[in-house]
Amino acid sequence: MTESSRDQILARLRSVLPESAPLPDLPPIGPWQTFEDPYARFCEVLESVGGICIRVPTLAAAHEQLNQIAAWNDAKVRLSVVDGVGDSNVDLSSIDDPHELENVDFAVVRGQFAVAENGAIWVTDDTVKHRVLYFLPQRLAMVIPASEVVHNMHEAYGRLEIGKHTFAAFVSGPSKTADIEQSLVIGAHGARALTVFAVESFD
Amino acid sequence: MKVALFIPCYVDQFYPQVGMATVKILEHFGVDHTFPAAQTCCGQPMANSGCMPEAKPLALRFVEIFKKYQYIVAPSGSCVSMVRNHYSTFFDKDDVEANDVRRRTYELSEFLTNVLKVDKLDGKFAHTVGIHQSCHGLRELRLGPSSEVMAQRPEMLTDLLSGLEGISFSKLQRPDECCGFGGTFAVAEEAVSCMMGDDRINDHLNAGTEVLTAGDMSCLMHLEGIIKRQKHPIRVMHFAEILAESIT
Amino acid sequence: MSHPALAQAFIDDRPRAQWHDKALWFVREKRDRMATSVPEWEELRQRASEIKQHTMSLLPDYLEMFERNAKARGVQVHWATDGPEHNRIVHEILQKHQVKKLVKSKSMLTEECHLNPFLEKHGIEVVDTDLGEWIVQLRDEPPSHIVLPAIHLKKEDVGETFHQHIGTEKGASDPKYLTEAARNTLRQRFCAADAGLTGVNFAIAETGGFVVCTNEGNADLGVSLPKLHIASMGIEKLIPRASDLAVFLRLLARSATGQPITTYSSHFHGPREGCELHIVLLDNGRSEILKSPEFRRSLSCIRCGACMNTCPVYRRSGGHSYESTVPGPIGSILTPLKDPAAHSSLPFACTLCGSCTDVCPVKIDLHHQLFAMRAFLDRKKLLGMSKKLSMKFVSGLLSSQWVFSSAGKAARTALRWLPRFAVYNPLNPWGKQRDLPDAPKDSFRAQYAEHQKDKKSRPSSGTGGQS
Repeated sequence: MTESSRDQILARLRSVLPESAPLPDLPPIGPWQTFEDPYARFCEVLESVGGICIRVPTLAAAHEQLNQIAAWNDAKVRLSVVDGVGDSNVDLSSIDDPHELENVDFAVVRGQFAVAENGAIWVTDDTVKHRVLYFLPQRLAMVIPASEVVHNMHEAYGRLEIGKHTFAAFVSGPSKTADIEQSLVIGAHGARALTVFAVESFD
Repeated sequence: MKVALFIPCYVDQFYPQVGMATVKILEHFGVDHTFPAAQTCCGQPMANSGCMPEAKPLALRFVEIFKKYQYIVAPSGSCVSMVRNHYSTFFDKDDVEANDVRRRTYELSEFLTNVLKVDKLDGKFAHTVGIHQSCHGLRELRLGPSSEVMAQRPEMLTDLLSGLEGISFSKLQRPDECCGFGGTFAVAEEAVSCMMGDDRINDHLNAGTEVLTAGDMSCLMHLEGIIKRQKHPIRVMHFAEILAESIT
Repeated sequence: MSHPALAQAFIDDRPRAQWHDKALWFVREKRDRMATSVPEWEELRQRASEIKQHTMSLLPDYLEMFERNAKARGVQVHWATDGPEHNRIVHEILQKHQVKKLVKSKSMLTEECHLNPFLEKHGIEVVDTDLGEWIVQLRDEPPSHIVLPAIHLKKEDVGETFHQHIGTEKGASDPKYLTEAARNTLRQRFCAADAGLTGVNFAIAETGGFVVCTNEGNADLGVSLPKLHIASMGIEKLIPRASDLAVFLRLLARSATGQPITTYSSHFHGPREGCELHIVLLDNGRSEILKSPEFRRSLSCIRCGACMNTCPVYRRSGGHSYESTVPGPIGSILTPLKDPAAHSSLPFACTLCGSCTDVCPVKIDLHHQLFAMRAFLDRKKLLGMSKKLSMKFVSGLLSSQWVFSSAGKAARTALRWLPRFAVYNPLNPWGKQRDLPDAPKDSFRAQYAEHQKDKKSRPSSGTGGQS
């Protein structure tokens, strides 16, 4: 029997290993950048990458704010997975094939927490039936708890159990490209716009 | 204190005034000096071309010639970097003589700053000076902060010159981009080399540089070659020449 | 063709070469602003470098750990020793699923394996969905940069390409308009695809998952609609822990494009329900590089492209002048390592300025490797006769003080007395755009001897003496 490629590669690597080098310690709290007001920093960075952050006291207030957004009002197909914020005119639970979400104009989704240093929001696949909902709709609103803003990525990974979700992502702003002459264009393949509602109380 | 002058081969042959300026500066600070006449070249042109077997005899020769001196000083960051950073290839890592020579070899501004602890120079040079940060001095010897690295470092060349009365410095768009000399690169990649040189010179012209200076005559040879061909009103001087001309 | 010839051709269109230089310098400046805004930037680089070196020292163990954990999550793991095997594996998976249309997000690895032409030959339609990558695919060109594949093109070029291929208005070149047109066309491709293929930015040994970073969202769209996701990765993409991602995600986008993080940093840990996720682990010469103490640190590369953006030669010669999947400083190491004879001019497309080393987020000693690569080529007898012979000659000349001084004197005399046309001839590339130095009458050593003699005759002022 010929040796499998796997065994070949591993054997080859084992025969050429460099001397051992220590793995550095990466504590969640370490010599890492922190901010006086992480929420303010998050908003500032999010805006610099094309997103908008609106702070609201309650989900009801987020709902009201959403209704002020022209694109939401104009959206033919809307979908919200956040109770109390927006409404849906398609029934997500009855959709088995994600392709059927192709025409969603505006979706409202949940974000778990935010990162001040880079304007990113952690999203997970357990709050949406189809993960493509984070990418396919023309526009997105994300609802996050205003209190859940960590300073930096070390703190972020410190609180995460990576692998708990089949899919999860940091999302920082709407989709963008600068592939044509370094000109920044918002709305490449994913969402054209991202509005974040930072909700103070979910009660 | 006795300093052995390490004068790069092309300075010896084409820029003797830079060597003499180095002598004048050392004498100004009362430093005893000597020129080991057997020296030729550190071997950098061969090593940079990948020709290690051809560079090695020159490295052995260099160590043999300079091993008895306490300080070895050169008006060139590039040649010093060759000795300090690349001689390890040619010698056993425990070779005491080679390691001593590597440790004792200094670039001129580094020697003035770190060994002689020169703080302020008395002298006058009433010109707008544009500093070309030669790459090997900057990124191999760390004679100043490079724009890529987010760390504070003293700027030896600027600090030495800034003591001169009447001097001002031009502010460049790209303060430490390579001039495009690069040894045999200047000839092998002539088109890129000359475009890089052009771009540096235009940066200096736009910034109002009257006198262009650097710690390496090789960069300046390339830049001056273009300046002369294009007849730009920029005078080119090694920083040792500026100091020698200015100090009183 | 060699790099100098292709670089010359690029620079012949001087305004365009200048534009290219400025476009990339602009990215470098954005990177600087981002790096400045992180006080612990250098600390991050140091830890990133250490994590990668540690991983390399235990690579087979981490690969096995990764495989074990990935399999436990229902991922199918494949191993490929080289490009053809990789392509065969991908093709087999696609065949099994009867895939006719494949959407791909940017993957330098599949460029390295020439996967597209291979699949197309087998009747599979492949669409590169990263905008820059798609543009060069339409033009049937290779990417010229690993992060900005179409950086060599002007918006007018893109406008013309889109006009021909997707019917945008003739002469239209507004990036917003063109991007919108691409968005609309590629949406149809995403929705029609039978499978999605992505690269991998980081694979996590302890979890068996991996991370893909994009700004456009194309990787996520490409793999969230069809039922099959294939991820191709080089074996060096591994990191031990999820917490290591903090370091790398902080460095990657800031170094690459001067963004605080890419828009999407997607963590994949297993297939979607009812779907399949395959990972193909590729060696293709990487284990050979690991063997070499001089060059193994090049395996730490996270493909941010910062060394390209900062390289004064890359900016002025364009990515295509390297004739290599990965151009620029890192490519000038990786590519000649695989095929030294075909790429022997690359390590010399470099002034050894060291900017790449200083900008590299994982602290690869790039310019020292480029220096070492030249000697590597010499050992393989690939330097070329003229270079080798001239260096042999000069070395001999420099080995004797007398011969050196005499030759120097002869050269100075010649330079002073020869007529200009004799010095500046087509055989003298130095003199094409540059003057030679004015040759002095006396060398330094002669002047110094004179100086010391004068001092002896004025004993009060002298301190030095010639040895």
